Parts: sequence; C-alpha cells; structure tokens
Amino acid sequence: MSPIGRFAARGAITTIAAISLLAACSGSSAPTTSDQATASTTTQGTTSSAPAEPSRSDTLTVVTHDSFALSDEAKAKFETDTGLKVTYVAPGDAGSMANQLVLTKDSPLGDVVFGIDNTFASRVAGAGVLDPYAAAPLPTSANDLSADDGHLLTPIDYGDVCVNADKGWYAAKNLPIPTSLDDLAGAAYKDQLVVENPASSSPGLAFLAATVGAKGEDGYLDYWGKLTDNGVKIAKGWTEAYTGDFSGSAGKGPRPLVVSYATSPAFEVDKGATESRTVALLDTCFRQVEYAGVLKGSQNVWGAQKFIDFMLSKEVQAEIPEQMYMYPVDTSVTLPADWVKFAPLAPKPIAVDAATIGAQRETWIKDWTARVLG
Amino acid sequence: MTADLAPPLPATHRGRGRRGLPWVWRAGWTLAAALPLAFLAIFFAWPVAALVARGFGGETGATFGAVADVLGSARTWRILRTTVTLAVLGTAASVALGIPGAYLLYAVRFPGRSLARALVTVPFVLPTVVVGVAWVAVLGPSGPLAFLGWAESLPAIILALVFFNYAVVVRTVGGLWGRLDPRAVQAARTLGASPARAFRTVTLPALMPAIASAAALVFLFCASAFGIIMVMGGVRYSTVETEIWYQTTQLLDLPAAAALSITQLVVVTLALLVTSWTSSRNERALRLRGDASGEHPWAWRRDGLATVVTATVGLAILALPLVTLVLRSLRNREGWTVEHYRALGTTVGRTLTVPVWGALRNSLVVAAEATLIALALGVLVSLVVSRRPRGAGARRSLRALDALFMLPLGVSAVTVGFGLLITLNRPPLDLRQSMILIPIAQAIVALPLVVRAILPVLRAIDPRQREAAATLGAGPGRILRTVDGPFLLRGVGLAAGFAMATSLGEFGATSFLARPDRPTVPVVIFRLIGRPGEANFGAALAASVLLALLTAIVMLLAERIRPAEASEL
Repeated sequence: MSPIGRFAARGAITTIAAISLLAACSGSSAPTTSDQATASTTTQGTTSSAPAEPSRSDTLTVVTHDSFALSDEAKAKFETDTGLKVTYVAPGDAGSMANQLVLTKDSPLGDVVFGIDNTFASRVAGAGVLDPYAAAPLPTSANDLSADDGHLLTPIDYGDVCVNADKGWYAAKNLPIPTSLDDLAGAAYKDQLVVENPASSSPGLAFLAATVGAKGEDGYLDYWGKLTDNGVKIAKGWTEAYTGDFSGSAGKGPRPLVVSYATSPAFEVDKGATESRTVALLDTCFRQVEYAGVLKGSQNVWGAQKFIDFMLSKEVQAEIPEQMYMYPVDTSVTLPADWVKFAPLAPKPIAVDAATIGAQRETWIKDWTARVLG
Repeated sequence: MTADLAPPLPATHRGRGRRGLPWVWRAGWTLAAALPLAFLAIFFAWPVAALVARGFGGETGATFGAVADVLGSARTWRILRTTVTLAVLGTAASVALGIPGAYLLYAVRFPGRSLARALVTVPFVLPTVVVGVAWVAVLGPSGPLAFLGWAESLPAIILALVFFNYAVVVRTVGGLWGRLDPRAVQAARTLGASPARAFRTVTLPALMPAIASAAALVFLFCASAFGIIMVMGGVRYSTVETEIWYQTTQLLDLPAAAALSITQLVVVTLALLVTSWTSSRNERALRLRGDASGEHPWAWRRDGLATVVTATVGLAILALPLVTLVLRSLRNREGWTVEHYRALGTTVGRTLTVPVWGALRNSLVVAAEATLIALALGVLVSLVVSRRPRGAGARRSLRALDALFMLPLGVSAVTVGFGLLITLNRPPLDLRQSMILIPIAQAIVALPLVVRAILPVLRAIDPRQREAAATLGAGPGRILRTVDGPFLLRGVGLAAGFAMATSLGEFGATSFLARPDRPTVPVVIFRLIGRPGEANFGAALAASVLLALLTAIVMLLAERIRPAEASEL
C-alpha cells in the first residue's frame, strides 16, 4: 500500500481533469438563455433600428443587501408584468455587497443592484461597475437625493440615522433628554451613549459622517475625544448596541442613548400606548440614501431597467416603509400612521456629500480608530 | 512507532507487500483519495488562492510591496498576538475542562447519560450572534454573573470559546475512552500502580491521539472564531479573522487581506504540524473494544472529582447562557408568554420573507445534503488516511492529506466566499447563484469533523487484525468489510450527527450564499436580531431555542445509531 501518496496526487489531477471535462460537456448545452439574449437583441436591433437597444433575456438576477424585502404580491406582479423569471441574491450587508460588486465587475453577480447607500455610492460608481440609466418615473422629490450627475445610481429610498433616547430612563432620573451633539459630550450625560464601530457598522459610519459634517474635518476628532472622555461606549454593530446596551429596547441594557434610526421609535410602542418609549434626537441625524443601478455586463439590461422602474412604482414605494424601514423617495405616497406619529424625519439632517464620503471614508475610520480605540 | 509494537510480519506477507495490491485496488484507493482532493481543490483551494493572488496584483503583475507593508506593520503583529493568545488559552481551557467530561460521559455509565451527551453538543451549533447576546445577558450589568466584572474582557471571550468547543473535546476524546480495553489499566493497578499513575502511564498515552486531534480542532475553531470575538470582545479585540473580514468586505483592501490570509494559513499550518507530530509520536495500535466494555458504572470514590468538575462546567458555562436564552424567549415586557413561539409560524410582522418554520425546512434539506456530501467524502478520506503503508514517505503523505482536510476550519469564510465569486464565475462552473453551493460550503466545514469522528476509531484498529484476516485468506475487500467496516459504522453515526449539527448552525459561509427566498434558520435569526422591536428580538430568541432543540435531537439520534455488527465485535 506504500504508493498511496504518489497515486493520490496523480489521481487527484486526473479527477480534477475529469470533473472539468464533465462540467465542460454539460456547459456546452447550457447557455441557452444567453443565446436567446443575443438572438433577441439582434432581432430587436434590426426592427427598431435604434443603435443601442438594451439586451434582453427572460431571466433577471437582482443583487441586494441582506435587509432587502418586498411583499410576495409585488414580486409576483413584477414577474407577471414583464414575463421575467427573477432571482434575488443577497450576499451580505450593504458594504459587503458593494465590495463584491467591485470585485466581480468582469463577471457581474447579476443584472441590477438595489441597496448601495450614499456611503458606498462613489466607490461603486467610480469603479466602473454600473451602466447609466435615467429612470423616467423618478419623482421630482428624489432629485435632491441623487448621488451623481451621470445617472449611474437611481435613489429609491432614504432614512435618517440619529441618536435615540430612552424616555423612561430620563423621566426616572429627572434629567432632560439631550438634544444636540454637544449635549452628548456634556457631564450630565456621562456614560450614557453607545455608538457602533464605524469600521464594522453602517449606522456607526453614518454617525461618524454626521460628526464630520457638524464639526468639520478639522474638528470631528476633538469632538470624539470629548465623547471618549465622557464615557462613550463603542459596540461592534447595531444589534449589539441596540439590543445589548440600549435600555429602551427589548434587550434592556444599561445605556439610555444609542445610535439607531429615526424610525426605530415606531417599533418601541407598547400595545395600546399612544407614545413610543423612545425618541430620536433629530438634530443628530445623518441622511442615508439607498440606490439602484444597472450592472455593467448585464445580459438583460432591459429587465434591469424595468426593475428600477418597478422599485420607483407607487406600489413598491408605498410598501418600502413596512418592508425595509426606509422612507420612499416618492413623497406622494401615504406613510404608515405609526411613522407619522413616532418616526418623523429630521427637518435638517447633517449633510455630507457622497463624493466626500467616498474619498475620505477610509481616512476618517483610520483616524477615528486611532483616536477612540487607541 | 507502530513498527516496534507489532511483531515481525510473516515472510509470506512481506512478499505480498512488495508485489503490492492488485491494480484494481490500487486504482480504488487512488480514486478514494482523489475524489475528496478534487472537491477540496475546486471549492476551497482554488478560491482562496485566487483571492490571495488578486491581493498580490493578480493580472497586472505581482507587487509584493503592499502585502509586505501589511506584514511588517506593528498592528498586524499585535492582531496576530491577540489571535494566538486567545486560541491557545481557549484551547487549553477547553481541553483541560473537557477531559474530565469525556471520562464521565463516555467511560462511566449512569442514567441520563445519552441526554447529557446530546446536551453538551448544543452550544457547538448555536449561531454566535445568539450566544453573544445570551452571554452578554449573563455577564452584563443585570446578569447573574455581573459581579465578576468580566463583560468585554479576556475571561469572557475564553468562557465563550469553552462554551462552543467543550463538546468537541468531550466527544472526540470520549469516543475513544469508552472503548479502551480496561485490562491494561487493571494490569497496571494489579502491579501496584496508583490510580493517578495508571492514568498517567496507561490511559493518557492511549488517549493522546484523540486529545491531540481534539486540541487541533479546537485551536482551529478558536483561531478562526469570528462572531464570538466581535460580540464578546466588544471592539478591543481584533483577531486575524475579524481583520480579514473588515479588510475584505468593508474596504476591499485585497493586499492587506492577502497578507492576513497568508498569516492565518501559516498559523494554522504550524498548529496542524504540531498536532501531526504529537499524534505520530503517540500513535500506536490500541486494544479497542468494539462494544463499550471500557465503561464501568458510576462510583463516588473513583468518579467524584470528574463529576464535580463536569457538573460545574455544565452548569456555569454551558447551562447558564442556555437557560438565560430559554427564559428570555418566554418573556415579554408584561411577563411570561409564548407569543414569541407562536410568531415562528408567521413572518414576524413582515420582518422575514418566510416563516421560521419554512426556514427550518430549508435548513433540514440543506443539512441533509451537506451531511451526505461530508459523509461520503469523509469516509473516503478516513479510510485512506487510516491505512498504514510501510514506506515513511507514504506515511508522511497520508499525514499531510489528513492535515489538508483540516485547513478549511482555519481559513476565513470570507476569503473562501469572496474567492468563490472570482473563480466559479463563468461557465462551465458558474455556481455562484446555485443553491448547491450552500451544502457544499457547509460540507467543507463539516468534513474535518467527520474525519475526526471516524479516523481515531479506524486508526486504532490493531493492524494484526487485518494481517490475521489476510493470513486466513481474506482478500482486501473482505478485510475492509469485516475488519474496518464495523468500526467505520460506529464512527459514522457520530460523524453524521456532527455534520448535520454543523450544517444546521453554519452561518459564515451560508450568509454569503443563501437566497433571500430560501433562508436557513441561522440566517433568519440574524435577520430578526438585526431589527428593532421586542417582537423581532423575542422571535430571534425563540428561533434560537428551536435550533438548539433540533440540534439536541439530532445528536441524540446520532447516539442511538448503533449498528448490530459493531456490538458483536
């Protein structure tokens, strides 16, 4: 039995070769969809005589982040209306997804992407991952939210990341609820705030951006120095901070202030209560915008564009609050009653433009890590 | 080492060895080694190599500068130090606490033992994010162990690492312990050795291969632990694994990720070399009993210490977070309730795309597929690796083969996941959107466990049994069937249990691959716990309890699979 090692090595090579061969054989009969795609493109090209008729096939792959959700009815209606068979893939959180798109731009993961936010927008747009598409149904209310002038990214929804406070905790302590970023660094609010690590959490990064926007690139690190002196706690992610450390959530942690979303208070309303147990501090908010875009190299550009139109349709826009906890870009749709009552948007969110975030994000995180975590 | 124990072989047999096996058998063994190797090459080695190569510059030509910078930075070395410290401490604690447990649960008979064995395995498969929340609840300001002041500290991480890995030690070591021939110890005792001396000189050396094997597994788990370090360590502890995740998924800094992946590979390879060396030093043919006659009934004088240690670990480290989890899943703001369990049949106020029960069905289907793949490959690997070729080179090759299949445990799921994206990305192998990648990825993670469960038993077969069979005229096929077979079957039950449990709890690789419309239970739990509101949090806890129960049942069934042939030995 001695020659097993040698044989094993040789055998492995043979097996790999065999498997590749097998795969190659099955592959040769497989790419019918792309054949059809090319076929339909050519026929359409000749009939309509337009120079750049979008490619088209009967399947569509939608790449999203892991918080994507739409009702089954909406998804079914899209398939019926377009005749497309849609596959949704969700390879991780927004950051992970954006980077996977950059990594795979030579062989894209799908036809269309939804869920790139404004902290990753310039990175994805700049990497040449997207093809432009100017969606016709884009409501005028969405114009302020667009990330670029080249129509690479279409805004679909948005929301605010704000510090949330546990009202009951402050009532019990007879302490006014803080309102501003400066309050958070004040002695009265020592050891009360928990913030997500911007390196590993999207609300954490949003809050860091908010402090840069409010205090300037020269001042934000000093502000974080004050927060650190005031006992700010850094948690890994939103779940740890909100369910682990925050006193106003189901986790009943020890800290009454947490970086979360402006919509979070709508989910902390006791049965039959007229008020939420928590409140978002609207002067501490950063606005997150989520975009959709057509992936370069898609075999079904037509379907990809249809999907973006679909995300902007009244029907989808109306269900975005319930499904994805974000505000629709189309302000004409009706919001859930709970949101109107408990989850107002910040009237003046702290603004930082996408290009600056894209260029500076890594520097900010690095400097922040050195200053706050040491 | 085997050679000095076995008596010289009869001349006829040696002659046969030189002539070698018939070509059919040689081809068979080659295929048995080649199949799992090909699988590993395509779904693990290639993706990892491709991503690391991309870090070095990929198509544009190699640039070592960026990688070298990362390797030379103080931060990288600090992260490496943290990683090794945590892994060594976690492994040492798990082994030290696990050995008494292995003894009590496998070498001693007492009522309720099967249940206890199944229960200690539950932590191993729970999603880390849930365990993190449970532990934070235990050690946090309002928890029962708050007085220790261990929240977000080194002891907290070590405790959590023991929580996860205790079962690995108990089961790997116990599986061998229960079948040790008690007569060796009895002989030592008759010759005047104290119980301690008999343990040190007879039992411990016999157990060494299993202990080394368990330690290697635990070390790999600890070194590549991701979620638990993130949750338990707060933000102060960065390990190679968490850093790879950050550099890859959040920054796409591939040179940095490549440097870290290489570091990780070096650490893991070193650990495996040490283990391989340890077990080869101790490798010997054991006198094993096919039945459980190595067991004896419980007696206070002999088993008291092991019982106290195991009960303490069981209650303080394993049960406390689990009980906290169960209790919290049964409470809401008003008091006791089962509403979180009722919510499992719904999409929890639209948070989910499918009810938890639907996710459970997906999980079971995927787990069954993953178990089949892992078992098929694992049996092949174990059979090949358990051969005892006479050439030193061949023996080394087999040890290398064994170590090779352990590698996936020590390599970041992120590296594999991102690597898959740039390798299996075009026909004929565009599997990126194929559901089959999920069981495949889980099988790669489960494969080392399957091998660990089967191999020690096969390795410990006295080679003289095979030789005797050969002398009596049995062909290679018959030897395989009648000598290896019964031992193999015994190991398979346990292996299947581990594979299934691993698959049920796997989150890292699955989270990259799972489809939103066909999520598994850990994916669903992660999603629930990532949303605000008591309903989501409660449902996440209830789903975790469900997953824990399911795991306990799977492991209980695995214990029950005792083929009749095995006990006739």
